[in-house]
Amino acid sequence: MKRLVGCIVYALVVVTILLAAHRLRAEPGTPAPEQKQQTPQNTQQVPKTASEQADAEHHATIPKYFTTRPPFSEGIFPCTTCHAGLKPDKTRRELYFHTEISLKHAAKQRWCLDCHDSENRDRLRLANGDHVTFEESYMLCGQCHGNVFREWKKGIHGKRTGLWNSDKPGDKVYLLCVNCHNPHSPQFKPIKPLPLPVRPNEITNIKGTSTVEIEGHKLYIPVYGK
Amino acid sequence: MFRFIKELIFHLTRGSALYYVWIIALLAIIFNGVVAYTHQLEAGLIVTNMRDQVSWGAYIANFTFLVGVAAAAVLLVIPAYLYHFKPIKEIVLFGEMIAITALIMCLMFVIVDLGRPQFAWHMLITPNFPNSLLVWDVIALNGYLVINIAAVSYILYRKAHGLEYKMSIMWPIVMLSIPWAISIHTVTAFLYNGLSSRPFWNASIVAPRFIASALCSGPALMILIFQVARRLSDIDVTDTAIFKIAELIAYAMGLNLYLFGAEIFKEFYSDSIHLAPMKYLFFGLKGHDILVPFARTAIVCNVAAFFLFLNHKTRENFLTLNVACILVIIGVFIEKGVGLIIPGFVPDTLGEIYDYFPTATEGKICISIWATGALIYTFMIKTAIPIYKGELSLLSKGVSPAISKMRS
Amino acid sequence: MEGIYMKRRDFLKTASVAVALGLEGIALPDRDAGASIWETFFQKHFREMTQAEKEEVVKKLETDYKKRFGKDIKVKANGPLPNVLYGYGLDLTRCVGCRRCVYACVTENNLSRNPQIQYISVLRFKSGEKWVDDLEDADKYYNPDVVPEPGHFYMPVQCQQCEKPACTKVCPTQATWKEPDGIVVVDYNWCIGCRYCMAACPYGARKFNWAQPTIPVEQINPQTHYLGNRFKHRGCVEKCTFCIQRVRENPGRYPACVEICPVGARKFGNLLDEKSEIRLLIETKRVFRLKEHLNTNPKFYYFFSL
Repeated sequence: MKRLVGCIVYALVVVTILLAAHRLRAEPGTPAPEQKQQTPQNTQQVPKTASEQADAEHHATIPKYFTTRPPFSEGIFPCTTCHAGLKPDKTRRELYFHTEISLKHAAKQRWCLDCHDSENRDRLRLANGDHVTFEESYMLCGQCHGNVFREWKKGIHGKRTGLWNSDKPGDKVYLLCVNCHNPHSPQFKPIKPLPLPVRPNEITNIKGTSTVEIEGHKLYIPVYGK
Repeated sequence: MFRFIKELIFHLTRGSALYYVWIIALLAIIFNGVVAYTHQLEAGLIVTNMRDQVSWGAYIANFTFLVGVAAAAVLLVIPAYLYHFKPIKEIVLFGEMIAITALIMCLMFVIVDLGRPQFAWHMLITPNFPNSLLVWDVIALNGYLVINIAAVSYILYRKAHGLEYKMSIMWPIVMLSIPWAISIHTVTAFLYNGLSSRPFWNASIVAPRFIASALCSGPALMILIFQVARRLSDIDVTDTAIFKIAELIAYAMGLNLYLFGAEIFKEFYSDSIHLAPMKYLFFGLKGHDILVPFARTAIVCNVAAFFLFLNHKTRENFLTLNVACILVIIGVFIEKGVGLIIPGFVPDTLGEIYDYFPTATEGKICISIWATGALIYTFMIKTAIPIYKGELSLLSKGVSPAISKMRS
Repeated sequence: MEGIYMKRRDFLKTASVAVALGLEGIALPDRDAGASIWETFFQKHFREMTQAEKEEVVKKLETDYKKRFGKDIKVKANGPLPNVLYGYGLDLTRCVGCRRCVYACVTENNLSRNPQIQYISVLRFKSGEKWVDDLEDADKYYNPDVVPEPGHFYMPVQCQQCEKPACTKVCPTQATWKEPDGIVVVDYNWCIGCRYCMAACPYGARKFNWAQPTIPVEQINPQTHYLGNRFKHRGCVEKCTFCIQRVRENPGRYPACVEICPVGARKFGNLLDEKSEIRLLIETKRVFRLKEHLNTNPKFYYFFSL
């Protein structure tokens, strides 16, 4: 009996989300939806359950906004490599593993499994229990950061690179939230600024140039004498 | 005609020892400047201290001052031709020659300021007219140059034939030259005035102030030059003429100080952020006070000169008169030169303060242009005086008695 | 988010410096130099050239560059795209003042390394101090170990690509003008170097070649545009063109400064396309333009995202 009620509630939720997604799609300013399903690399090997099928269906209605990959840590993803054999422990505790992660993202209210799916670590979970892949993590972030999510879809928030006047997937590169913000500690870390310009009376007092590489771009910066 | 030119050249090579020393000194200064300019052409304007922050400097400052000097000839033209005031009528020719010289110097100052002077002719092919005030200025300056050359050559041509000029021919030239003189300085003022990005220049009082100060510095320069000229040659400049000019300077300086006061009041009383350049000029801004001594000197000079000119006792005493003239020239040179150009750029449009001060190269080039002007004026006056006096004539030898009769 | 710095020092060796004894450099072309130099000397205004003449000039430039740098350098002279008016957005909430845009621009646009020329000036202001009108308390020379610094904010300024540019209005030779796609360009060969435009520009966007610009040959960006990042010579004025060599293509790349910005503060697009990010930005954010009281109508919009 309990199961039946659960199923009905679940079906209702799915319908609501489907409708919401439809509205989302109809929002002005979103690029033409690409119906072509991208074959996500490194996705879960586990067989899909009925609810997962439903999720996949509703995600398909959301345009593929991005072409970048999430910044998976080397040797960590797919998580199931280790986690498949581990029994999920839902208690809030100090971790023995993943010690490099220090949660600075509303840490008091949050725990790993609020976002990571306990049953399949290769996917994420939304607040409503729905599942999304890492490639679609913006769905997860967008739950709380609604304004930012909306602006990101329009291209006001976040970074877009590639070809400015082409909407073909791959031509315009949309960064995911997690490409810039570490989800466990989303605030930007201070960075070293590039050299200051020379003062007007020293515009020829330049010793040479040096090369810095930033995200695959080679930049030439000046070297000044003491 | 050929004989005339031969005699002219012969005449130019003749002179006292002082004349030779003067010419050689000028040529040496000019040579020094040519060397400096060659260096500038090869290396680029990097040899100056102008930079993106202060993109105009000593050249344009000198240019602005000299446009004023050129415009000031009108102060002689009006009493001479319109009111037929005899003492000034005698010397108006030499005033017009000052205008010609000043204009040539102006054009030289603009040329040396160009990054690519060899392409200056592009302005003739695709002039941005009527939008660019620089095109207006080029037209105004060259037009005024042509007008003055026409007036001077016509008068000298008639004199060389032993005749006085005909008013029927002079009248249109004069009528054109008076508004044109005002216009050259007005257009030059508008050149700066029209730039809304530079609050220091973007004040409607700039053009009137230009005219008022021009009517001080130009005539003051003339008074000095006339005194030298009448001492060194037999040119006849009466004291009456000089005192009359001095009197006119007093009025012009009064007006200039009044307009200056009006501007100072408006800027300092309203005390908006646009006051920054004015503060930089008179008090220094954020510890940058390179122009302050100059700006204050200019005020002192102008005020002191005003009282010296105003009092007819000091005005008619050659010692105090000459002191006053020098004070005016220094005062206006600073006020309309560095005092106008540099604060337009400081602080710059992005709030940066760069203390511009000309390099030695800029100094050499400026001085050599002044020397060129002095040389041109010396030659002009040396040619004009004998023609004026009838000693050099286009008439054949036999016809000259008429003139000698006139002279005696 | 920290970028990975891989510092390699390649100092300018005099030999490697492309000292361009420019054709347009010396006062007048050499008498022995032959017809081609006179041809360059008497070259027409870019806008008065026919298509064939443009192609010829471009070809000539490419051969000259090959001779000078021993490198194939492409020079384009293509015209504006139809129905495009470029617009730019800059999110002041996001900018951290890292100056990566400055050097991405220097690299992309073949800007002179010595003397130093930079199109973008990143200004730093103290929070809560007056700043926006005359930018009087701006600091361009801030040099902390890391940015952003607490208590400060940053505002990069470059050419605002005004709809009513003060600079083109004053140019005596019409050597600078606004293209139909809204980009203000300079014909470097037609500019006489009077610097009147620099006096007129309210944004300090115009830069003058006080000396012969130099750039190490291996650092040259070989993709150039005649009105954009080709090599400049001493004595002419130059400025930001929204990377005309990139954006005036269909499809075309984003400007270099947009591409490099680590915080995504820079936005770019077509103002005539109502779905472009720049249009959506103008419609949904409260934007402002620099020195709006001067009525230059920039197409460069600053905004705050928070």
